[in-house]
Amino acid sequence: MIEITPTEWTAILLSLRVASVATLVATPLGIALAWLLARRDFWGKSFLDALVHLPLVLPPVVTGYLLLLTFGRRGLVGGWLADTLGIVFAFRWTGAALACGVMAFPLLVRPIRLSIEAVDQKLEQAAETLGATPFRVFLTVTLPMALPGVLAGMVLGFAKAIGEFGATITFVSNIPGETQTISSAIYSLIQTPDGDAAALRLVVVSVIIAVAALIGAEWFARRATRRLHGN
Amino acid sequence: MLRVDIEKQLGEFSLSASFTSEGRVTGLFGASGAGKSSLINMIAGLLQPDRGTISIDGEILDDTKKGIHIPAWRRRIGYVFQDARLFPHLNVAQNLDYGRRMNGIADDPAQRRRVTDLLDIGHLLSRRPGKLSGGERQRVALGRALLSKPRLLLLDEPLGALDEGRRAEILPYLVRLRDEARIPMVYVSHDPAELRQLATQIVLLKNGRVTSFGGVKVLAG
Repeated sequence: MIEITPTEWTAILLSLRVASVATLVATPLGIALAWLLARRDFWGKSFLDALVHLPLVLPPVVTGYLLLLTFGRRGLVGGWLADTLGIVFAFRWTGAALACGVMAFPLLVRPIRLSIEAVDQKLEQAAETLGATPFRVFLTVTLPMALPGVLAGMVLGFAKAIGEFGATITFVSNIPGETQTISSAIYSLIQTPDGDAAALRLVVVSVIIAVAALIGAEWFARRATRRLHGN
Repeated sequence: MLRVDIEKQLGEFSLSASFTSEGRVTGLFGASGAGKSSLINMIAGLLQPDRGTISIDGEILDDTKKGIHIPAWRRRIGYVFQDARLFPHLNVAQNLDYGRRMNGIADDPAQRRRVTDLLDIGHLLSRRPGKLSGGERQRVALGRALLSKPRLLLLDEPLGALDEGRRAEILPYLVRLRDEARIPMVYVSHDPAELRQLATQIVLLKNGRVTSFGGVKVLAG
C-alpha cells in the first residue's frame, strides 16, 4: 500500500489549492475573453488572440521569467501591487497560482470559445426580440448553452495548472510549504539520493489527478452535445 | 400604424421599400429573395437600414438622418421565426415565460391561460423543445411572442417549415389570433392562399422593390 508522508501531502494539498485558485480566478476572465473572441470584431483581435496563446508556445521558463520581471517585487506591476494593495506574488503560493493561471489560460479559453461559437446566434436574436438586453441574452441564453464547454475548459485548465512546472519554479522557486507543488517536489526528489520511492508516489498521484480531469472533460463534452440538441 | 420607408444595400442586392399600413394583418408577399426577411428584420430592429425611417403609431424606431436606432430589445415587437427558435435548454413553460421575465412584466396567470388555451399548448408545458413536433414548436413560438406583450407581431413564414398537413393544423390558430388577440401583425409569406385567409392588406415585394400595395385582391394580379 502506498504510504504518503506529511511533506508529500503538503505538496499535494498546495498543488490542489494553487490549481483551484488559478482556475477559479481565470474562469470569469476566460469567459469574458472567449466571448470577445467568439462574438466581436475589433482592432487588434488577432494580436489579442496570439497573446492568449503565447504561454502555450513560449518555453515555460520564458513565461516564468517574464512574470518575474513584471510581477516580482521590483517589477513594474508587482512593485505597485505590493505598495498600494499589499499583494505580493514573488516567492508566495499566490505567485504559483498566478503562474499556473497564465499557463492554463489558453487551454481554459479554447473550449469556452468553441462552445460560445457553437451557440446559434439566431437564438440570441430571438431573445433580443423578446426584450432581453445584450447582457441578459448572454446570461440567459449564451452562457447556459455554453456551460458544458465552460466546465470542460475549467477541467482542462485545472489539469494544466496542477501539472505546471517550468513557469512556476522560475517565478516563485521551490519552497516547501509555500511554493513547492507536486511537480517541483518530484523534481527535488529525483535529485536527492533515495528520493525515488517518494517521487514515484507523487507521480502516481499526479497521473490519477490528470486522468480524472480528462475523463471529466470528456463527460462534459458529451453533455454539451446532448444539451445543444435540446433533449 | 406602421410606416416604413427604407433603403438597404446587402451585397449585390438592394432593398428599397416604402409603405404605410393600418391593417390588422399586413401581408408581405413576394418570391424568396425578394427581400421580405431583410425588411421584417429591419422592422424588428435586428438589421439597421442604410437610409430612411421606420415608425409605429408615430413613435420613431429608426431615423437614419437623426441617428435614431432603437435596439430590438426596446421595441416591444414580437417575432415568430420560420424555424421557431425556441430555447433548447428551457422547457416550454420557461420559453413562454421568457419575454415576461425580460420585460419585467408582472406575472399574469389568466393571460398565460388564455394564450395556452388559444394555441392548445397547455399539455406541453413541461416538455423540452427537442421533444416537440414542428407544428407544436411553432405554436409555442407564437405563444412566447404573444406573452411578451408586443405592440406589433412579426411572423416570418411561420408555416414555411411545415408540411401541408401541419399547415392546415396551424392556420386556424392564426385566424383566431387575428380575430381575438387584437395585436397588429406583419405576416410574411410567398403563398397567396395563406395570405388570402389571413391578411387585410398586402405589400407586394419584387426584387427589393414594392410593386403593389392594397387589399388582398392585388394578389390576383
